[in-house]
Amino acid sequence: MSTFLLGLVRLLTGAQARWYGCPPKAEQRIYFANHQSHADLVLIWAALPQELRSITRPIAARDYWTASNFKRWITTEVFNAVYVEREKKGDEDPLQPLIDALESGDSLILFPEGTRGHAEDPQAFKSGIYNLARRFPHVVLVPAWIHNVQRVMPKGEVIPVPVLCSVTFGEPVALGADEARADFLQRARSAVMALREV
Amino acid sequence: MGSFLRSLSPEQQVSLMFVLLFGLLLIASGAGVLLSLRERQHADDHTGDRAQRLHDYQALLRNSWLMTLVFWVGWAAGESVAIVLFGLVSFFILREFISLSPTRRGDHRSLVLAFFIVLPLQYALVWNQHFNLFTVFIPVYVFLAIPVVSALGNDPQRFLERNAKLQWGIMVCVYGMSHVPALLLLNFPRFAGKTAFLVLFLVLVVQTCMLVQHLVARRLRDPVAPAISASFHWRSWLAGLAAGGLLGVALAGLTPFKPLQALAMALVACVAGSFGHLVMKAIKRDRGVTHWGSAGRSVTGASGLLDRVDALCFAAPVFFHSVRWTFNL
Repeated sequence: MSTFLLGLVRLLTGAQARWYGCPPKAEQRIYFANHQSHADLVLIWAALPQELRSITRPIAARDYWTASNFKRWITTEVFNAVYVEREKKGDEDPLQPLIDALESGDSLILFPEGTRGHAEDPQAFKSGIYNLARRFPHVVLVPAWIHNVQRVMPKGEVIPVPVLCSVTFGEPVALGADEARADFLQRARSAVMALREV
Repeated sequence: MGSFLRSLSPEQQVSLMFVLLFGLLLIASGAGVLLSLRERQHADDHTGDRAQRLHDYQALLRNSWLMTLVFWVGWAAGESVAIVLFGLVSFFILREFISLSPTRRGDHRSLVLAFFIVLPLQYALVWNQHFNLFTVFIPVYVFLAIPVVSALGNDPQRFLERNAKLQWGIMVCVYGMSHVPALLLLNFPRFAGKTAFLVLFLVLVVQTCMLVQHLVARRLRDPVAPAISASFHWRSWLAGLAAGGLLGVALAGLTPFKPLQALAMALVACVAGSFGHLVMKAIKRDRGVTHWGSAGRSVTGASGLLDRVDALCFAAPVFFHSVRWTFNL
């Protein structure tokens, strides 16, 4: 199934990975990218090389990706995704599943906007990535820009259209020892946006 | 020699042609390897110009290997496989074209229609040899269907421009390309089993014309339309036509044409192909790139397939119609 899906994604989009600021390397990383379509998750998964794909887990919104049996199956069996709640329930920390995954040594794919954007520029980043960076200082934070994917499958459409897409990985962003939350989030967001023009 | 060739069955004649082609390619590749060895020894005293020429030569060679292999597979595996192969080429070049032409959300359904309905249907028409419907399907029916679907998308912004782009993409990438395998299925009296030669004739003549034009243009200055193409000159264009025409006459024996007919057919294909290439250059400039591939590599990862086949996409329909019209097929 994963080979089939990979072939399909390559046929439709090319799923080209462009490593600009860092090489593909098997260290523990958090890839964070702009989010415009549900297909983002599939594309970034397909763009990673085979060796990294097996140790990298995307973050999937629980309400969307567990809505049907097929979605649930594909996110658990193929993508090995980590589910997060978008709505905060009770006093449970919504970041807990991510923390568990990082503690067990996995890399993560994160969309810090939290939801899909419609504008050209990504929305302001949520603070989850800051909290994770504070807690796991050894994990490398790699920004990524996903190009064109909103044209493959805009919100509300079912059939994907073949358009060439690429994922550009940039230079890792490190959290300063006493950097404020807002500054860091702003810096991370501009690191992602800077990759648009590379 | 001539009587020996005539004594062979059509099948054997086509095989012989492929043996010759692959032999030529092997010799050319061998020469390329030797040249690259020499280049390394005199690396310091030569300018980048030589390296550039060698690079161009190798790119051209790779291209020719690929095309010959595709044609060989298409011929060896039968017409249906050839049609599927050309259908895939159409798919990839349309994907390249669309990736560099901005579309909006309202175009999504039209794109689905173009890729998953129009493209397969056009090739299915080729396969079933419905040539009358095949030649009007895209210019007449799809011409209306695409804007209707777009209009239902409820987005008036740049409506004409978006639809024109899509219609153009389909005309060039699907309609044009699909005429190449259609040549394989033409029913010539006394020419059964040898229609592969028609495709070969078209491809060789057009590619030779483009190549000669390119080589001659390198020595010329003051292009006709510098804002569109730095390499289009009337003199190089005429040189390309002459080369294509001469090759056409030389290849007349392979085709159902008499020498003069072959000359006319070759010239028609070359004029269409070279002008088509110029038009595609203008479109690329409009998009702000010089090659579909080079921009593709930096933006989307496209391979630049469209750069290589655009002349063929324009030459094939014109050639196909001239052949059908001349021979009343």
